[in-house]
Amino acid sequence: MSTLFLIQFLNGLQLGVLLFLLAAGLTLVFGIMDFVNLAHGSLYMIGAFFCATLTFWTGSFLLAVPLALVATAIVGLVVETGVIRHLYQRDHLDHVLATFGFILIADTSVQLIWGPEGIAIPLPEALQGQVQILPGVIFPAYRLVIIAAGLLVAFGLYWLIGRTRLGMLIRAGASNRTMVSALGIDIKTLFTAVFALGAVLAGLAGMLIAPITEATIGMGNDIIITAFVVIIVGGIGSMKGAFIAAMLIGLIDTLGRSFLDDMLKVFIPVNAAETAGPAISSMLIYIIMAAVLALHPQGLFPPKVR
Amino acid sequence: MSEAAPSAAAIKEFTRPPSLLGKSVTGRYITVAFMVLLLVLPLVAWFTGNTFYLDFSTRIICLSFAAVSLNLILGFGGMISFGHAAFIGIGAYMVGIPAYHGYESGWLHFPLAMGVSALFALVTGAVCLRTKGVYFIMITMAFAQMAYYLFLSLEEYGGDDGLTIYNRSVLNIIDIENKVVLFLLAYAALATGIYAVYRIVNSRFGMVVRGCQSNEARMKALGYNTYAYRLTAYVIAGAMCGLAGALLGNFQSFISPDMMGWTRSGELMFMVILGGTGTLFGPVLGAVAFLVIEEILSAFTTYWALPFGILLILSVLFIKGGLSGLIHRGLKHG
Amino acid sequence: MFKKTGLAALGLALMATSALAADIKIGYVTTLTTPAAVIGNDMKDAVDLAMEHLGGQMGGKSVEIIFEDDGFKPETGKQKTDKLVQQDNVPIVAGYIWSNVLLASMKTVFDEGRFLISSNAGPSQVAGNLCNQNFFSTSWQNDQTPMAMGEVLKQQGVKSLYLMGPNYAAGKDMLAGVERTFKGEIKGKDLTKWPDQLDFSAELAKAKASGAEAIFVFYPGKAGGAFIQQYQQAGLKGSMDLYSVFTVDAISLPKLQAAKLEGVLGSRMTQEWDPTLDNDANKKFVSSFREKYKRYPSFYAAQAYDTINLINSAVTAVGGDMSNTDGLRVAFKAADYGSVRGNYTVGNNGMPIQNFYLREVVTDADGNWTTKVVKTVFESHQDPYAAECPLK
Repeated sequence: MSTLFLIQFLNGLQLGVLLFLLAAGLTLVFGIMDFVNLAHGSLYMIGAFFCATLTFWTGSFLLAVPLALVATAIVGLVVETGVIRHLYQRDHLDHVLATFGFILIADTSVQLIWGPEGIAIPLPEALQGQVQILPGVIFPAYRLVIIAAGLLVAFGLYWLIGRTRLGMLIRAGASNRTMVSALGIDIKTLFTAVFALGAVLAGLAGMLIAPITEATIGMGNDIIITAFVVIIVGGIGSMKGAFIAAMLIGLIDTLGRSFLDDMLKVFIPVNAAETAGPAISSMLIYIIMAAVLALHPQGLFPPKVR
Repeated sequence: MSEAAPSAAAIKEFTRPPSLLGKSVTGRYITVAFMVLLLVLPLVAWFTGNTFYLDFSTRIICLSFAAVSLNLILGFGGMISFGHAAFIGIGAYMVGIPAYHGYESGWLHFPLAMGVSALFALVTGAVCLRTKGVYFIMITMAFAQMAYYLFLSLEEYGGDDGLTIYNRSVLNIIDIENKVVLFLLAYAALATGIYAVYRIVNSRFGMVVRGCQSNEARMKALGYNTYAYRLTAYVIAGAMCGLAGALLGNFQSFISPDMMGWTRSGELMFMVILGGTGTLFGPVLGAVAFLVIEEILSAFTTYWALPFGILLILSVLFIKGGLSGLIHRGLKHG
Repeated sequence: MFKKTGLAALGLALMATSALAADIKIGYVTTLTTPAAVIGNDMKDAVDLAMEHLGGQMGGKSVEIIFEDDGFKPETGKQKTDKLVQQDNVPIVAGYIWSNVLLASMKTVFDEGRFLISSNAGPSQVAGNLCNQNFFSTSWQNDQTPMAMGEVLKQQGVKSLYLMGPNYAAGKDMLAGVERTFKGEIKGKDLTKWPDQLDFSAELAKAKASGAEAIFVFYPGKAGGAFIQQYQQAGLKGSMDLYSVFTVDAISLPKLQAAKLEGVLGSRMTQEWDPTLDNDANKKFVSSFREKYKRYPSFYAAQAYDTINLINSAVTAVGGDMSNTDGLRVAFKAADYGSVRGNYTVGNNGMPIQNFYLREVVTDADGNWTTKVVKTVFESHQDPYAAECPLK
């Protein structure tokens, strides 16, 4: 039981890391531009498809990832300058609608370009296997790589935001947008850079998960809602909040999926537990979100000045 | 219909309540003509043997009704609910579940649909209205997702696979198994709904709710318990949408948790905004435009979502104040 | 005046699709968008091929197939079925990949007295208490294929099993099916969220911890490839044998081959059809399909091809007179045509009574991954729900 718990904990951590990569971009864009980007999940999908194609072109997954990151950044830049930029001044409703439209465009375009079947991505031999972490605890090597990569990026972001000039502007922008532009900063470029950074993070998340789930159409649409839950629970604009909430949600979701039905079987008939288990564990994250917002209407770690 | 300019709209609406048919004479004619066409065209289609278009219109009417109810809180109250489809689903299941157990009376179904939706709105609204802005958008979505997963887990009622309603609600005065009767019932419900919204937003209660949208602090300072007012509006909208869901469930004869998924809530929002928020007939216009464009595009290509998405973005970028606003401006210039 | 022209144009636009003239129109509902479109496209290709072989005619009348996309959703599938029945006035609606789409759509078809021919979905309800005299299938009842697999497991002496499948109508039927014939111990069972969940880390860890000897899964479409990949990454190959139904098919194999997931070679599944089945109809189908589309047909394609040929046999039997519903029904029931699976008979509930084979993933002469028949598991097998159907 404890071995299983440890493995499920790692699985939860892996999901958490993935959610963090998505949520980090969302919370940046949201916190700084006050922009609701439902299409953030489409960038996740596009990243995965770029990576798949490049893996077959270059013959190596490891080579494909950096190239695909650049490609995703370019998509982010084009979308930002073409459409998104004109919407910052609008209200959230318009954001939701326009990005909803972008989801439709992205999903259909991907089907037209890559076909509907999705692409399986081959991993290097070394990553295909398993690693023995502790005696009896064997874990897929590639999932450990995802955890490591995610934590590395989290650390990188911590450094970027806490220690660099760009980070300073981002922090300032999140707490007082008008002040930053009043200081003579080129706010347009800053916004474009932040949006591209968010796109890269989302794309990276997509690339990391694609060798596990394949690159498929609409892969971003389900996870994006969970990512929104993460940033709401964490407090919009807060990187620390996004990280903690991502880990929390990742763990709760995974542990719920693995242990809830067994726990329910104690109270209700086995058959009912087998269907109720998955349903309640899917509901769990929303219950937590509602509970958090009921107690802290601004999330767990709201940015200090607003 | 209200003014198009979004910035001025809030203030103007507060001082000048929307009239039922709009201020300008031409505007009134257009509104009346539109509503008459919405009634007559489907009946003509039916008489000429195109039953499908009568059915299609019934679906449009049901969703228009849902959009009208959303507009009450979104357009007039500034409460951007991203979970309004939950009420459609609840309303539909309040027809499906009793029918499944053999209780087929519409006198049970429709009040139950409205009652349970109102209750759901009361409980969730009480929590949601503590939050603001994007947090409100997301928490309403969270509650709708909870409802979605709840119905997904109800194995007895089909779970993921949904539930087929074998006999429509029995109302002893009219027979809604007849498509025309069902269409007329839905149309009557829609017309009543629009009139109800008109009365509500022009009442003292409605003034306060609209006041909260433009400046909640001022309304508080004036001594109003804004929370209670907004919650009441939220509950009324929920109950109305529950009725729309019960009609839609009856019409489709098939209900599933998909009816309350977040994309559905998004579509409802889009209908309202496309038509023009805070206008009486805008949501109907939006729903008609949305569904007709979708139908036409999907008749031409399997990949209809691509041009549809482009239209969506273009409409956001270039049509301010929705289609109502567009017509309004057209009248001014033309 | 302008308004009138506008409305007329709108009307024309709406009518445009149904304006094409053909003597007989047949509706075909399948999935043409979302990742599941890969299945729908395979079926559409097979339908087109069958129509090509028939020269676009049935019983001397020209035939038009109207394809509709169910968008992978029961509600949309029902709307499209309504349109086919009411607007296009088709006498026969065929297709249907997904059990839940079929369940949502069938009421309209039966209420209007039309025929429904399933090319794939076979939910237990339609075979049992909700059976209808106008329902026929060219596939199977959901339980049958996994029942054959349970039989194989029993014969191979597998003692304990872990079950996984998606949480929807067919998923539950499939797991129930294998439990009908497998008599060993079920160590655990997971129903995962459908169709969103593609990461099975938590479930695979549970399966591994359960200590079951083998794992049985049902993951059609995109989830299948994802599952195979994770099964291999979790290191279960060798410690926990994989048995599946409708998970590894001609659609996923080329993709798995491109990604070099060799773990899938040698894995076994049961099916009522295989590209190597030795009969004339199948040889013609497989060779012309491969020639035209440069790939192996999947079982979905085989069933779709059969659907058109079954309809052709019925339309020919009544001489193209589609108002002769009794005549059509008798012909559908006789199923007197060259099926690619070989001969079969039709049960009281419209489901085929047919053979089931054990198949294995192998490499063909050209190096492509495909399947071959290992042995026959069931002969003339009827589904277990037929007895619940009141029809004779």
